[in-house]
Amino acid sequence: MASSFARVLSSKRKVGILSLVGAGSLTVGFFLNREQHVNAGAHVRRIYPPSAEYPDLRKHNNCMASHLTPAVYAKLSDKTTPNGYTLDLAIQTGVDNPGHPFIKTVGMVAGDEESYEVFAGIFNPVIKERHNGYDPCTMNHPTDLDASKIRGGQFDDKYVLSSRVRTGRSIRGLSLPPACTRAERREVERVVIDALAGLKGDLAGKYFSLTVMTEQEQQQLIDDHFLFDKPVSPLLTCAGMARDWPDARGIWHNNEKTFLVWVNEEDHTRVISMEKGGNMKRVFERFCKGLQEVERLIQEKGWEFMWNEHLGYILTCPSNLGTGLRAGVHVTLPRLSKDPRFPKILDNLRLQKRGTGGVDTAAVGNTFDISNLDRLGQSEVQLVQTVIDGVNYLIECEKKLERGQDIKIPAPISQFK
Amino acid sequence: MPFGNTHNNFKLNYSVEDEFPDLTKHNNHMAKVLTQEMYAKLRDKQTPTGFTVDDVIQTGVDNPGHPFIMTVGCVAGDEESYEVFKDLLDPVISDRHGGYKATDKHKTDLNFENLKGGDDLDPNYVLSSRVRTGRSIKGYALPPHNSRGERRAVEKLSVEALNSLDGEFKGKYYPLKSMTDAEQEQLIADHFLFDKPVSPLLLGAGMARDWPDARGIWHNENKTFLVWVNEEDHLRVISMQKGGNMKEVFKRFCVGLQRIEEIFKKHNHGFMWNQHLGFILTCPSNLGTGLRGGVHVKLPKLSTHAKFEEILNRLRLQKRGTGGVDTASVGGVFDISNADRIGSSEVDQVQCVVDGVKLMVEMEKKLEKGESIDSMIPAQK
Repeated sequence: MASSFARVLSSKRKVGILSLVGAGSLTVGFFLNREQHVNAGAHVRRIYPPSAEYPDLRKHNNCMASHLTPAVYAKLSDKTTPNGYTLDLAIQTGVDNPGHPFIKTVGMVAGDEESYEVFAGIFNPVIKERHNGYDPCTMNHPTDLDASKIRGGQFDDKYVLSSRVRTGRSIRGLSLPPACTRAERREVERVVIDALAGLKGDLAGKYFSLTVMTEQEQQQLIDDHFLFDKPVSPLLTCAGMARDWPDARGIWHNNEKTFLVWVNEEDHTRVISMEKGGNMKRVFERFCKGLQEVERLIQEKGWEFMWNEHLGYILTCPSNLGTGLRAGVHVTLPRLSKDPRFPKILDNLRLQKRGTGGVDTAAVGNTFDISNLDRLGQSEVQLVQTVIDGVNYLIECEKKLERGQDIKIPAPISQFK
Repeated sequence: MPFGNTHNNFKLNYSVEDEFPDLTKHNNHMAKVLTQEMYAKLRDKQTPTGFTVDDVIQTGVDNPGHPFIMTVGCVAGDEESYEVFKDLLDPVISDRHGGYKATDKHKTDLNFENLKGGDDLDPNYVLSSRVRTGRSIKGYALPPHNSRGERRAVEKLSVEALNSLDGEFKGKYYPLKSMTDAEQEQLIADHFLFDKPVSPLLLGAGMARDWPDARGIWHNENKTFLVWVNEEDHLRVISMQKGGNMKEVFKRFCVGLQRIEEIFKKHNHGFMWNQHLGFILTCPSNLGTGLRGGVHVKLPKLSTHAKFEEILNRLRLQKRGTGGVDTASVGGVFDISNADRIGSSEVDQVQCVVDGVKLMVEMEKKLEKGESIDSMIPAQK
């Protein structure tokens, strides 16, 4: 399976080369040399049998540990992706971070697009568990970035303080943050900022490289809450994502500060559309327009995003496969949040709550971050609609409670549409 | 992070310029030595276990260093690293070890009888004495690079060797992953327990992978001889006791080390050693003897004397706080140890400590009586 995958990739790239021949682009030479040194699927150095190398996962509680049996390990441990990424590398973060009894982390990452193929024997059950039963072997993931399909999406500003949609994109042909070399990371940066420089109108903006940022620029980005810092979470550092920091990392944003792209943080790119207030529809429209423009611009140069029909958009962490999308609002729900039915209501609406500092923070006052639970198996349009309908329901509940009326737990909505 | 061979071959598709790290803001020994030309020459090489130049330097790339403290910025992944990457490591070693040349030979001397004195340091001033070193087991990759299987094999072999010791060396092994709460409490109270590394210098080199698998602490019943397994090196060996009898501490150190080495040799896995670099350890700063012999000594008056630093320098000693490297001294008590590691033998280095501490205690006594110590200041060793 891996070798046919590689052939598909190289043929697409050759098409790219033909379209470049007139352009004199520096990347042409890169393409033509690419296949020469790769030892696809070469064997890993092994002195000990898999049984001697199998990690001790008895005290572990993450998705990888739940599914990596000695048999699966033995079968996959001497395989590599064409770029040389191994199973041991993929699982290192899960071995080094046993997890928490209450929070189940994923415990493994992909080093490149082919990882999901070569190590499907472990990735598939992990994906199935993390994405609530989605089976990559039998199911197809729908992609839909047509924002015109959204119904409603303008919330009452009295309750919704801000709206935001984020996702990630990976550049096909370049290794992912756990495995990329310095040259590959720099190539990602070049490809992405080249494309972003082509954005116009309300999307026109500027790139701030982490290595050459001025003090003033840094302060401004901190004030705007845009600046990201070197990862400190051992979940990320153990996966090798902070290597060579801050080389080839940076932040791009449009002049209006409503569209933002992180380069080479946890993924090749993280794309964020946001604004104050409750106009989720406009946030999503800008999100789709920006993403589609960037895609068009990289395609002009012979590049494309990593995507396939089973896993949707390919990102470093299996938890972000599919849409990689988290659409959410900061919403004030003083009465509803104290109602004992609140968690169940969220559950049935397929929403999750976080504190306003993001994942694993506590809520401040009565303001919550409410976003979609799912990532894979539903399209972007479907997930954003879910958030819109759900948040509307929550606001209705809050209003009812204000008027002294009772609320109802809604029927659970179906997961895969 | 250690990558396999295929990954390094793949990297060769990219130009040297594109792969060379940006070291313009760096201040460590590696960054001072590594040029783009040198990187170009070394990038397609690897040791027999697959360690590459990028693996060697990753910790130095990720930790630019401090303007005042010069870190080494590179590590070895196996014994052969020091040979395959000598173009980089020899100048780093020379910078770190006071000009030690690529052609110099290192002298090993673990014959405790060659130490003169050391049994008469005044216990009113010298509170405790300690000698430590590291050892690597030949034939196994080092902590930045070893697989779980290799690390477990080192543990198995080490525990077997240590458990066969008898007499004053009879002891017990406590693996980190199956330690009971009571055992853990006791080891902490004894100041023996080591914890998962938190320093980014070590984490950046991949030494904390799979923690706490195959890590543990062994010590003898008397709690005077202690071995750490698979922490920063395969083995760290420590001999220590309260009071000033460095002679006894050093004797136990030498005898214990030689007994352990005999057992490893019987299994055809002696210690990594060569004539040029002495004992091979993960960090180039610990080559040679890898020995730090020191005391905790009360020097409240001498430590505030204007010439204290110069005296230490001339005696080839260094000071640390009683919490170890980079800590401050508490109550005028300092950790005084040898500054050198390579180019002089174990006996030479411990002799420096013994002679130097004896002199400094006499100076302290003179200062207590209000007398001058100017006539006692030593010449440069």
